[in-house]
Amino acid sequence: MSQFDTLNFTRQDYVGGKSTLCTGCGHDTITNNIINAYFQSGVNPYSVAKLSGIGCSSKTPNYFLGLSHGFNSLHGRMAPLSVGVSCANRSLNLIGVSGDGDSASIGLGGFVHSLRRNVPMVYIIENNGVYGLTKGQFSATADEDATLKTGESNPFSAIDLCALALEAGCGFVARSFSGDAKQLVPLIDAAIRHKGTAVIDVISPCVTFNNHEGSTKSYNYVKDHKLVLQELGFIQPQQEITVDYEAGEVIEVKLHDDSILTLKKLENDYDFKDPLKARQVLFESQSRREILTGLIYFNEQKQSIHNHLNLSDKPLRDLSEAELRPPQEALSEILDQFS
Amino acid sequence: MNTVNNFVINIGTLNGSGSQSSNNVLVRSLFHMGLPVCGKNLFPSNIAGLPTWFAIRISAKGHLSRKQENDIVIGMNAATLIKDQINTKKGGVFIYNSDLKVPLFQEREDVTCIAISFKEIVDTVTPSVKLKKLLTNMVYVGVVAQLIDIDKDILISTVKKLFSDKPQVIESNINAIEAGWNYSHSQINISNFPFKVKSLKDANKDKILIDGNTASALGLLFGGCSFMAWYPITPSSSVAENFHAYAEKYRKDKNGKNNFAVVQAEDELAAISMVLGAGWSGARAVTPTSGPGLSLMSEAAGFSYFAEIPAVIWDVQRVGPSTGLPTRTMQGDLTSAYYLSHGDTKHIVLLPSSPEECFEFGQTCFDLAERLQTLVIVLSDLDLGMNFWISDNFKTSKKPLDRGKVYGEKELENNPHFARYADVDGDGITYRTLPGTYHPQAAFFTRGTGHDEKANYSEDNLIFKKQMDRLTRKLETAKPLLPQPIARGEGSLGLIAYGSSHSAVVELQDLLSDIKISSRYLRIRALPIVEEVKKFIEKQSMTYIIEQNRDAQLCHLILSEWPELYHKIKSIVQYDGLPLSADYLYEKINKTENLS
Repeated sequence: MSQFDTLNFTRQDYVGGKSTLCTGCGHDTITNNIINAYFQSGVNPYSVAKLSGIGCSSKTPNYFLGLSHGFNSLHGRMAPLSVGVSCANRSLNLIGVSGDGDSASIGLGGFVHSLRRNVPMVYIIENNGVYGLTKGQFSATADEDATLKTGESNPFSAIDLCALALEAGCGFVARSFSGDAKQLVPLIDAAIRHKGTAVIDVISPCVTFNNHEGSTKSYNYVKDHKLVLQELGFIQPQQEITVDYEAGEVIEVKLHDDSILTLKKLENDYDFKDPLKARQVLFESQSRREILTGLIYFNEQKQSIHNHLNLSDKPLRDLSEAELRPPQEALSEILDQFS
Repeated sequence: MNTVNNFVINIGTLNGSGSQSSNNVLVRSLFHMGLPVCGKNLFPSNIAGLPTWFAIRISAKGHLSRKQENDIVIGMNAATLIKDQINTKKGGVFIYNSDLKVPLFQEREDVTCIAISFKEIVDTVTPSVKLKKLLTNMVYVGVVAQLIDIDKDILISTVKKLFSDKPQVIESNINAIEAGWNYSHSQINISNFPFKVKSLKDANKDKILIDGNTASALGLLFGGCSFMAWYPITPSSSVAENFHAYAEKYRKDKNGKNNFAVVQAEDELAAISMVLGAGWSGARAVTPTSGPGLSLMSEAAGFSYFAEIPAVIWDVQRVGPSTGLPTRTMQGDLTSAYYLSHGDTKHIVLLPSSPEECFEFGQTCFDLAERLQTLVIVLSDLDLGMNFWISDNFKTSKKPLDRGKVYGEKELENNPHFARYADVDGDGITYRTLPGTYHPQAAFFTRGTGHDEKANYSEDNLIFKKQMDRLTRKLETAKPLLPQPIARGEGSLGLIAYGSSHSAVVELQDLLSDIKISSRYLRIRALPIVEEVKKFIEKQSMTYIIEQNRDAQLCHLILSEWPELYHKIKSIVQYDGLPLSADYLYEKINKTENLS
């Protein structure tokens, strides 16, 4: 069976267990969008491994792709975990789900270094600026001057994970909003086909601890301040998906597997292949306190960790004893230096 | 009277001065003459400038542990010249560089002092200022080789072999050795030099002289290691570097691509996480580290234990606590390795005592990790890992690799009710599937939280207790699979030791038998401790537990298993960072037992 053999799978094969998150949680909306994106992309669920760290977001891999192996690991360790998984079996399709506490605080080092290595995977950050599972402390992505439910104000500057991903050399940097299926599903679809780490920072409001007037990641705040960068639709080679677009200029992006990503621009002629422009728009949106969504930067030229390590095409886990163990003559040759 | 094939040469130099090559030439030449020899490097945590010593012991009886006294001392470092002379045994020889101007230095009268202007000699070898510094160290090789009667042909052939990858430097090094040799022959007028070597011809024909870290790297290579993640730390880095270099040569596929992956991680938290990911996916994965790294890996160690993921940590121990003495040796991680992580955890710990066992355990660690689906920690140490030991030639294992209980697509067809944590065989070891198994029954969700047999989240008290009890059962299953203790000698006095203490304890047995005390020595090779250890202690009149840490860690592990043995054991510990010496052990036992 190939990775993209969709013959016998229905949408039901892409769902998982029942969510135990709060009703109305943005994370559950993302879960739905992940299910739709994976079903639509036709990835064989047996070829997928789901990875996560610790936190509300990291529980979600249990709620999608029930036919795939999952690994709910340690707090902040999802990124390095992915290095080991990917190297041991390069044929797996990896999806990692992490949160802002997981990737921007305890796992910040691992996040940056896995991007440097360019592990082929979809890396979704479900970002709500708050520690939900420990009942509402600030995270490192909380905006400066945002307030907690208790009224406490955040004096520290926020970490922008997309800006950081750019600095680390990530070749696919995107931001979206949990409730925006029209934007998020195609982004995930494109991320699946990207042959490196594809970071999607998804603003996902916490209904319990971060949906009040002083929060800068509440539903109302985001709805009022969201700036849509571009609309994008994913077109499969087999079957063209047409998107209900406003009139405007169209750019086609060719991905590694020859599939075409079509981008439609709104007012500005945004070139997501320009790393300087990417930094600029992020900086500008930050200073205007706007949430910029869309594909911010894309570079398909970057080599993956598999190339850097010159990994054999055969997954390491499938190597036979003869391939794993050099012969006695090799040992004799080596030991001759010590005799 | 001459002392033949039984003395210690200690060379004091400056770190980074290139003395490593010179000392290597000396120790390997002695080895090529068939002599039982070992070389121990005592070095600082520094790249250049601080003092470093290299002690070569030649022992007719084959004893390879550290001697406390030095027969010949070569002083090449101004900063330690006075101390080096003091550390020369009465009746010994002190050869020193007279170009060094050391205030208050006076030659001792109870020691034969030989002052040599190395500058004058090396000036005849090369005009290059840069080369002079390096070749000065080769000059002392020539001097000492001539004095103790090292076979000159062997000396020259050793240089050629050692520098075979750098043929352009062979001639200048040989010239420097010749200059030292000729100076010694013509200028040093000592009739009947007190320390001599005599060739034992082919005695080392089937042996090698190797450090434990290289042996470990080879063990991992031949044990089928396919994934290594590491963060540089002394004294373990050479395990990773050697493995990587050998794998680049011997583990390629037909297209020249790598049948292995080595990743230098950003820290030890990441290194062990990578290993867990690779082990979960079906690779044979290891991370080499030392004490501080082991501490950082603690959380992940508990994950491996509880979620049952094969993983190996190769800990080359150094002196702790904290940063401690980073370039000195200790067996201080025994307790922390055994119980590593929060909650109730106990790990399989392997305790190699020689390069052969580093090579052997480098292979068996993966068999055990995959068979038992758990973390295996190997505890080497700096003395074993970084010093030169004589060893029998290694042989590749005839035993096939044990990949453990893994269900693939076919097995799932026959076992349609697969549950990840169901104890089907009653041995505590359950079946696992690997990600990427194309079967509707294959998937499960790995987690560090409480889980039932199907790996579903569970906080149920009975289910949790059942899983914990199964893990206890699994550890019992493990015991007969582990390297068993090995006994040596017969006698009522008992000795227990492990790891790099081995050579000193064997020598201790000889020292004791010289005064008609016979002893029986049990070497422990793995944790958890097996019943045989208890039986051993019960049988002996008194057992000394010998180890290289302050808190008598093995002693406490034994007593926590069998508290009733407290009146049958005594502890001897050494924890000053130096390799264990038999003389020290002998003094300790002598004092307690009033032997003489």
